[in-house]
Amino acid sequence: MTAALAAIGRPTLQAIAAVGRVALFAAAILGHLFRPPFYLRELGQSLLQIGWYSLPVVGLTAIFTGGALALQIYAGGARFNAETVVPSIVAIGITRELGPVLGGLMVAARVASSIAAEIGTMKVTEQIDALVTLSTNPLKYLAVPRVVAATLAMPVLVAVGDAIGIMGGWLVGITRLDFNSATYLKNTIDFLETWDVGSGLVKGAVFGFIVALMGCYHGMNSARGAQGVGAATKSAVVSASILITRPSGPTGCCRGWT
Amino acid sequence: MLQGVDLTVQSGTSMVIIGGSGTGKSVLLKCILGLVRPDSGTITLDGQDVTKADRDAFLARFGMLFQGGALFDSLKVWENVAFRLLRGAKALPKAEARAIAIEKLRRVGLKPETADLFPAELSGGMQKRVGLARAIAAEPEIIFFDEPTTGLDPIMAGVINDLIREIVVEMGATAMTITHDMSSVRAIADNVAMLHGGVIRWTGPVSEMDATPDPYVQQFIHGRADGPIEGVR
Repeated sequence: MTAALAAIGRPTLQAIAAVGRVALFAAAILGHLFRPPFYLRELGQSLLQIGWYSLPVVGLTAIFTGGALALQIYAGGARFNAETVVPSIVAIGITRELGPVLGGLMVAARVASSIAAEIGTMKVTEQIDALVTLSTNPLKYLAVPRVVAATLAMPVLVAVGDAIGIMGGWLVGITRLDFNSATYLKNTIDFLETWDVGSGLVKGAVFGFIVALMGCYHGMNSARGAQGVGAATKSAVVSASILITRPSGPTGCCRGWT
Repeated sequence: MLQGVDLTVQSGTSMVIIGGSGTGKSVLLKCILGLVRPDSGTITLDGQDVTKADRDAFLARFGMLFQGGALFDSLKVWENVAFRLLRGAKALPKAEARAIAIEKLRRVGLKPETADLFPAELSGGMQKRVGLARAIAAEPEIIFFDEPTTGLDPIMAGVINDLIREIVVEMGATAMTITHDMSSVRAIADNVAMLHGGVIRWTGPVSEMDATPDPYVQQFIHGRADGPIEGVR
């Protein structure tokens, strides 16, 4: 009986402690946001790495998702003569949920892994210790620019992904499903509301914060050696992906707004 | 790991700490720099408890050469060397910092063309020299060298040893070096301390090291497998 309770209690306590450590880490980053020094060059580089270089993967995911979504909605809608809903449902589905979530997952795979691997390697090669001896706060120099950049870049990526995803649905609609181009676009615009797009952008910002936070946290807490860096990278991607897709918690709040 | 280390380093002298792998030599340096927090005890600099000193002012007095160089991969060589000069309250203009970085690179025997390379483009010996240039760039009062010749061939190790000695004498800095390499000890040290079992087993001038009867020191400096230090730890 005691062993069974211990088996439940130990991982529960560990999970609570991990949540506490991540929360403290996030609070420390937020605490540094508005206090100098500001590392603008590092912020610019992070914006380029996280935002600009993620565009191809987000765009490709969006265009195929939009196309596949149009096909499946058409297949379902045709069973009760509701084919005309394809443009509006593609647009709403992409902007409210699929754009930010799939974009977030792609960025989690690409960015959280690279941040965790880079910072983890810096830790095991004593570069983080070197930063401290050079009177530079590693959290401020490494984590803050990446978290800010991801939080700013993700909504832009989501907006671009939304546009490309809707275009994917439109392409499939006019080439495979016999939709008239002008009618498809008119239906898309007529049924789409500002908050459909706005809520997706807000989700994008939250997902960006989560992705960079997980990358930085796991990188900073990487264990020694190649295995330690590998484990940190894996943990960063898995935790960011779970937080993006789970129905409650920080991302659930976003869903509640929609 | 460290259990009652008692060591005094005189200002302007070069102290070399020797000891087997895993005896806590690096931890000792990291405790002084505040990278590792000791469970108990006091570390003083000029009589003042280092934990109560202003952190930035305290660190500004130090330079450190890390074992693997610890150069920042994403920055060019000159930006690594000038890292401290480009940041903080006394940050220099970029051109001035670059000029100082190139001068420090020249001081450690690297050509100005090296300045615009990235660390990954350098050999191990060159990376060590860049690390040395970074450690001395802001002309610190105290310099730490963590295994400065590990992984280098004997000729390059000799070059690095000579550079360290020259720079320390030239700058009048206080130096603390960790090494297993006895040729480094003889080239760099004014004084030697041997760390074993969490305490300083022996300390004294390098000139007295060979004559000391301490069996731990004798086994270590002669690299004998037999003696009080276990071969398998």
